[in-house]
Amino acid sequence: MIELQNVTLTFPDGDARVTAVDDVTLRGENGTVTGITGPSGSGKSSILAVAATLIRPDSGRVLIGDTVDAGQLSRSDATALRRERIGIVFQQSNLIPALTVREQVQVMARLGGGTGRTRVASLDARVDGLLDAVGLIAHADKRPHQLSGGQRQRAAIARALVHEPEVLLVDEPTSALDQERGAEIMRLIARLTHERGTATLLVTHDLVHRDALDEIVTVVDGRLLGPRSASCERPSRAEIAR
Amino acid sequence: MGRALERKGFLVFVAWRELRFARGRFVLIGTVVALITVLVGFLSGLTAGLASQNVSSVLRLPGDRLVLQQPANGTPSFSTSAIDGETVVAWQRADGVTSVTPIGITQSRASVGGVEPVGVALYGLPAGMPDAASNPLLELAPNRDDEVGLSAGAATDLGVDVGDVIALTGGEYTVAAIGDDLWYSHTPVVVMTPEAWSGVSARIGGTGEATVLSVTGTADWESVGARTGTSAETPLSSLTALEAFRSEIGSLGLMIAMLFGISALVVGAFFTVWTMQRSGDIAVLKALGATTGSLVRDSLGQALIVLAAGIGVGIAVVTGLGALVSSALPFVVSPLTTLVPASAMAVLGLAGAAFALRFVTTADPLTALGSNR
Repeated sequence: MIELQNVTLTFPDGDARVTAVDDVTLRGENGTVTGITGPSGSGKSSILAVAATLIRPDSGRVLIGDTVDAGQLSRSDATALRRERIGIVFQQSNLIPALTVREQVQVMARLGGGTGRTRVASLDARVDGLLDAVGLIAHADKRPHQLSGGQRQRAAIARALVHEPEVLLVDEPTSALDQERGAEIMRLIARLTHERGTATLLVTHDLVHRDALDEIVTVVDGRLLGPRSASCERPSRAEIAR
Repeated sequence: MGRALERKGFLVFVAWRELRFARGRFVLIGTVVALITVLVGFLSGLTAGLASQNVSSVLRLPGDRLVLQQPANGTPSFSTSAIDGETVVAWQRADGVTSVTPIGITQSRASVGGVEPVGVALYGLPAGMPDAASNPLLELAPNRDDEVGLSAGAATDLGVDVGDVIALTGGEYTVAAIGDDLWYSHTPVVVMTPEAWSGVSARIGGTGEATVLSVTGTADWESVGARTGTSAETPLSSLTALEAFRSEIGSLGLMIAMLFGISALVVGAFFTVWTMQRSGDIAVLKALGATTGSLVRDSLGQALIVLAAGIGVGIAVVTGLGALVSSALPFVVSPLTTLVPASAMAVLGLAGAAFALRFVTTADPLTALGSNR
């Protein structure tokens, strides 16, 4: 479970400060894909950055699994938290060009600097199974430039899940894909979320693939317009204008 | 190699794979490092060889200090120094001085049977000095005025053996001993008695006086030197009084220092550009949970692998070719001319690579999510 409680985030803008996230409270349950949608510049990626501990909020709390206030962690503790309990899928797949698909996933074992043989061995044992689950086992020895956009995003999903995180944060996973491949990726994320019981927050700029979302929240000008089920209609123009 | 480092817990997981992935670029920088190492190694070997041909005999002179005449203007010089009897006595009477040995050094020509003469360095040294048995220079000192001791180079150049007779400035001398390879200012050493040396010095236009004093003790060196118009230096620091040595070592040392600087700059520039190119990957790894320390180790490990490979190849070339040319050139292959410059290259190369680490430490993981929010 991940929960943002009254999170506010501002950025400097000349002499003033602009509010990117305004008193947002949001809860992502285990085994649930919560979509965060809204117009460009609305603050949805900033919410994801706060949830990922990549940036510390001005106020509010970020709870991972009811206990850790991720928003107040030191930089090194936040890094360890990402390494152990959070998985991130970026808008671009952000794979390392020099690594094969299998190595992209294996690299997670080395991120802490201390390898720990047992940990590496158990992790390596999971890699092929995960690559099979995302449909990339036949491409495990290929490098990113040998893959299609969809395959690269699948590899990024495998990388984000190999350490079995409690929380999966996904930033616009379909933005560089056509509709068909985008739908495949969304279905894959939903399936893995449900199978693994991960609390997934997924930022998307449109709701074409809403079927893959269990919950949807809409962000406008940094404020949350309110949770709704995935089957609800889009927010009205008047709602967005408010 | 990378696998072995990984097993030892050294983080080069990404670095090793980048080396293989971008092997063209890394082979290129490795080749540059190897070429610079070859240049440094050759210059070091040549410098050591030339230094040996300049000063190997001076470094064998006994005593705590070597005393040379201090000119009114300028610096002391082995070639122009002359120590008269009064100065010798003054040093002998100085507090703390336990022994003073006047030594003559000059350069002349020697020949055998009227054939083409060869240049030699003439030392006037008394026989039976302490440590003579373990000092390759002192052990050449003959007992009789009509005898000489030859260094190996002099014997080879003259083509003589023990018992043969050589001609020196009009006099004839029997070869009493042949010893190690000792040189002075690029001429092989011939040792004679102080009396014989004084005679030779006078015949070739010198004063016949000793040119250097070998002094032992714990005197107030500066005070006695100032009082006697001399300069007392340790054998090592006295080498600057050899003009040929000073100019050669100065030039070659400057070249070596410049090559060290160039290698650090080249390696630093390469890894700076390389690290800047992969700053996006570094940000992603940080976002995924990589510690800055692990990424720094990864980057330095990568640089170390490149440097070790390049320097290793370079030193192998220097050692191989050095062994081939050492019979024709004054070239020394030793740990001092291989391992020391190799270590310096590695340290300076790593320092250059470390310059690029600021791009690792300052990479912002937030940029992995996209900078426009």
